[in-house]
Amino acid sequence: NMPEINVTPLGAGQDVGRSCILVSIGGKNIMLDCGMHMGYNDDRRFPDFSYITQNGRLTDFLDCVIISHFHLDHCGALPYMSEMVGYDGPIYMTHPTKAICPILLEDFRKITVDKKGETNFFTSQMIKDCMKKVVPLNLHQTVQVDDELEIKAYYAGHVLGAAMVHIKVGSESVVYTVSVNKYAKSHISAWIDKCRPDILISESTYATTIRDSKRCRERDFLKKVHETIERGGKVLIPVFALGRAQELCILLETFWERMNLKAPIYFSTGLTEKANHYYKLFITWTNQKIRKTFVQRNMFEFKHIKAFDRSYADNPGPMVVFATPGMLHAGQSLQIFKKWAGNEKNMVIMPGYCVQGTIGHKILNGQRKLEMEGRATLDVKLQVEYMSFSAHADAKGIMQLIRMAEPRNMLLVHGEAVKMEFLKGKIEQEFSIDCYMPANGETATVTTNPSVPVDISLNLLKREMALGGPLPDPKKPRTMHGTLIMKENSLKLVSSEQALKELGLNEHQLRFTCRVQLQDPHSDPDTLHRIYTHLKSVLKGYTIQHLPDGTVMVESIVIKVSSSAEDTNAKVLLLSWSYQGGEYFFTALCIVKRLMYQ
Amino acid sequence: MKLYCLSGHPTLPCNVLKFKSTTIMLDCGLDTTSVLNFLPLPLVHSPRLSKLPGWISKDGTINLEKVLDARELLDLSTIDVILISNYHCMMALPYITEHTGFTGTVYATEPTLQIGRLLMEEVVNFMERVPKAQSATCWKNKEIQRMLPGPLKDAVDVWTWKRCYSMQEVNSALSKVQLVGYSQKVELFGAVQVSPLSSGYSLGSSNWIIQSHHEKVSYVSGSSLLTTHPQPMDQSSLKNSDVLILTGLTQMPTANPDGMLGEFCSNLAMTIRAGGNVLVPCYSSGVIYDLLECLYQFIESASLGTTPFYFISPVANSSLEFSQIFAEWLCHNKQTKVYLPEPPFPHAELIQTNKLKHYPSIHGDFSSEFRQPCVVFTGHPSLRFGDVVHFMELWGKSSLNTIIFTEPDFSYLDALAPYQPLAMKCVYCPIDTRLNFHQVSKLLKEVQPLHVVCPEQYTQPPLTQSHRSDLMLELQPPPMPYRRCSVLNLPFRRRYERVYILPELANSLVPSEIKPGVSVATVSAVVHSKDNKHTLQSVPKPPPVAPSKKRKRVMDEPPVVLAPKPLLSGAVPLEAFLATLQKHGITEVKVEETADGHILHLQAEDTLIQLEEDGTHIVCDNNEPLRTTLRDLVLRFLQKL
Repeated sequence: NMPEINVTPLGAGQDVGRSCILVSIGGKNIMLDCGMHMGYNDDRRFPDFSYITQNGRLTDFLDCVIISHFHLDHCGALPYMSEMVGYDGPIYMTHPTKAICPILLEDFRKITVDKKGETNFFTSQMIKDCMKKVVPLNLHQTVQVDDELEIKAYYAGHVLGAAMVHIKVGSESVVYTVSVNKYAKSHISAWIDKCRPDILISESTYATTIRDSKRCRERDFLKKVHETIERGGKVLIPVFALGRAQELCILLETFWERMNLKAPIYFSTGLTEKANHYYKLFITWTNQKIRKTFVQRNMFEFKHIKAFDRSYADNPGPMVVFATPGMLHAGQSLQIFKKWAGNEKNMVIMPGYCVQGTIGHKILNGQRKLEMEGRATLDVKLQVEYMSFSAHADAKGIMQLIRMAEPRNMLLVHGEAVKMEFLKGKIEQEFSIDCYMPANGETATVTTNPSVPVDISLNLLKREMALGGPLPDPKKPRTMHGTLIMKENSLKLVSSEQALKELGLNEHQLRFTCRVQLQDPHSDPDTLHRIYTHLKSVLKGYTIQHLPDGTVMVESIVIKVSSSAEDTNAKVLLLSWSYQGGEYFFTALCIVKRLMYQ
Repeated sequence: MKLYCLSGHPTLPCNVLKFKSTTIMLDCGLDTTSVLNFLPLPLVHSPRLSKLPGWISKDGTINLEKVLDARELLDLSTIDVILISNYHCMMALPYITEHTGFTGTVYATEPTLQIGRLLMEEVVNFMERVPKAQSATCWKNKEIQRMLPGPLKDAVDVWTWKRCYSMQEVNSALSKVQLVGYSQKVELFGAVQVSPLSSGYSLGSSNWIIQSHHEKVSYVSGSSLLTTHPQPMDQSSLKNSDVLILTGLTQMPTANPDGMLGEFCSNLAMTIRAGGNVLVPCYSSGVIYDLLECLYQFIESASLGTTPFYFISPVANSSLEFSQIFAEWLCHNKQTKVYLPEPPFPHAELIQTNKLKHYPSIHGDFSSEFRQPCVVFTGHPSLRFGDVVHFMELWGKSSLNTIIFTEPDFSYLDALAPYQPLAMKCVYCPIDTRLNFHQVSKLLKEVQPLHVVCPEQYTQPPLTQSHRSDLMLELQPPPMPYRRCSVLNLPFRRRYERVYILPELANSLVPSEIKPGVSVATVSAVVHSKDNKHTLQSVPKPPPVAPSKKRKRVMDEPPVVLAPKPLLSGAVPLEAFLATLQKHGITEVKVEETADGHILHLQAEDTLIQLEEDGTHIVCDNNEPLRTTLRDLVLRFLQKL
């Protein structure tokens, strides 16, 4: 039975949101991400953990949980999973994720419980207890979860602190990555190395898009904002508090400075200042340009961007407002949107992906009449623009990643089925590797074929190297013979002689002797010498020796001649060999017989 | 495996390890004590200094002593990698990586690189600020040096003294640095794996593990068990080392850092209260963070709330800023602060409340904003260059002022020599947080290396305190001491190497149990070696040879190497063997007892089988089928290896 790796998405299988992927590899079970779904308000909001166990805690079934980044669709179910379902094992995430994740969770909890009045939800205390189980990860640090399971984080560049993880058990491995963007390479730490995992699990949110260059998109964005401001309109940019928002802020800040613009820019949430503070303290996790200049001028100290107060929304004149959350599904961004939607001078710019069910998704699909709570309808007259700034991987990024890591198999999650299908085809065609896209609750199985690590005795290896010479010759493979000793967990490959010695065994010699009667008038030594010369002339390339003790050796076959006392012509030829060295006995025998009977 | 020791300075080590065909340099510290032989470089013309007799004031350049001109010991261009343990131990890097033909990689953590860069930048800046019209080098010639006055005549190895490097050389050297994180496993040529571990001494400081699958060398350099700002020392990963190279113990084994810190604070407060100024010559990173943190807590209680604190260095601002962004390299308490988010070091608050001000030099803003009495932190601790020279000239004459030495690298008496006579008070509070002898022996007991290698200074008590046998390493077996220029053969016996059996071959192996829990299988395989990794795969089946018509041709060819038959073990029991023979139709057997066993005479077949404890001999004439049958029957009773 071949070893295999099983991957089962509990969320994000042919779907966007609620990322949660179970991986079992080399007898270890790992949960990758534990997110919530923005499009649902019921049970479907969280992954279905009953798949792992019907009742009882998850601790016995999981060796560790790894969170890739702080977005709620990747960590939103964490306190529910650890505190309400029950999990006490280690949860790994990077330092920035560990810092920011609890704030977003608390925010999420407040909206759900305090504003919407839901009960049976996790509490503030549960968030705290959950975070106590977190073990922070450093980039490139090899973390030994236990004796066999090893994980290593790489920079992913998606949002502050986002990481790819390399999971390894013995010689089997899996790489899980969120949305790596190609700008990740601008970070000082190297990208992932050619680690040739058995499976590369990647998000595929923008599977079919090959986006314009970042600079093009930025220029486009600034142009649209500028035009709206010029005609006296208001611009709403729904964002998540942390992530792309900070990059867009930097962009607008420098543009305002350069163009000497006066229209106010606001950032809506109380988180802003805090968020920017995180960026300042975790500056080593941002891109190189920002890091390089941070001592002279910290990019996250803004001159033009001010805190928003809800009363400002009714102020006359142009303004730009960044408001949370990013998909217009609740909170302040939705409130402002309702206020401004009626005026065609205004604009909303959606800078990221919107999941099905959110208002963001609806207006992006061209819906112009929205049903609001209480049967009211909202006419959408303002301009709706979509600019994919969110740093999810696009097709090009994923292809680059495959070229980089050289996986044996590919597995897509966190994307829409149709788009995944397209990308799957492309990957299978271009790289000739299998590509899987399991749905939620469906298991993809990949059989691996690991090689077996063994400790070889240096003597044996060196002997072999010395024989074979330094260069491998394809025509004459260098063969090595030895004995593999399997004891408990150790595998040792040694020469057979050493194996006998190490195991305390005696060698048992098995020998064979064959007697050939013949008539020959010469003396015994002469006969032997004739045999020797003849063998030597016939068997080229064989080792043939005439030893001083009156024997001839062909390879390891010993040949002796003796004659009886009565008749010196009647001679007995003795051919003798050991069990290990008898291959050429027949060759030797035939030649000698032919010589003697000539 | 060999260790080439290029530096005799125990806290500024430079060793080269040759291990499994890789050449690894461990640190390249720069011993700058030679600057004490020179006059201070004043920022403002000092008539006093220029009139001092006996010093060779004509020779202008401050020289930094290079670790060692190592060319005689080994070719520096053959070095594959340089592992840096902390920013103090990399100051000679430009001398090694530039102009020697070095083409390798330097490994260091991010804080080590960034702060190391700042420290180098500072030294270069100090030197370039006071350019000299002329510089002399001829005096380094042995013949001339002999005739020179004073201590210079007796200085050793002046020919190794080098001019300070330029910023361009620093940048070029640092561009060769590859960043690593703690516990990151870095493969070198597939042969060796190196990995940095937290050493607890300074931001990003590391010890290194250098290992293959079967050998492990630990390199311990500048480690601390005290709770200061860096991440605590990782001790457990040092376990199971074959060899542990121990360097960078405290230079002040009798001075307790906590006590020194207390003394520092009380002297500082006393001077300020009396209306004097305090000068603290220090490096611009490291202990200064702890001093500032200590003062942060101390200021209010000592009612120093209005006293200005100045930090003057070309890299003061960068050093303070950089210290705040390395959350993952800090101790747990500081990490927790970052999660809030708050700056990990309280000097941010000191700056915000204007209690601490930093300036690139005494020129510019500082001269107009400067108020006395005050506390000034500035470099260089040797008192030979940097802004500190100016403050010595300014404050030296008044007994109200105090200079407090906190850095342990220079003898404070030597440092002060050119400024004598001096009215200002001198307080010596060296703070060295590195391991002391008590801590290190406890550590070694814990991690149990098979062998310890250390500078010879650690194997005897200090010269001035020869009775203190507690100030040396006492180990069993005794440590292997090294001195500058020694080459040590490390006691290693490599016996095993890791190979990988490919799945196809692994599946074809037939294991048989020899003893309970022990199985063996014979392996015949082709060895593939690439990038120092060996794999074993099945021997390809020889292409089917067309049945040759001429038999002779086969004989002409050299013998084909077939898989050899296994070695045999065990014994053939007589009764059981006879029974087996019977089963195979061999019934007429005459058994004869001999000294060592039995001879079986198979009468019908005219064949003899000699059965002994450690051997079986089958004498059978022209009857191949019988011989094969007998062989197989004997083999049934034996184990094959």
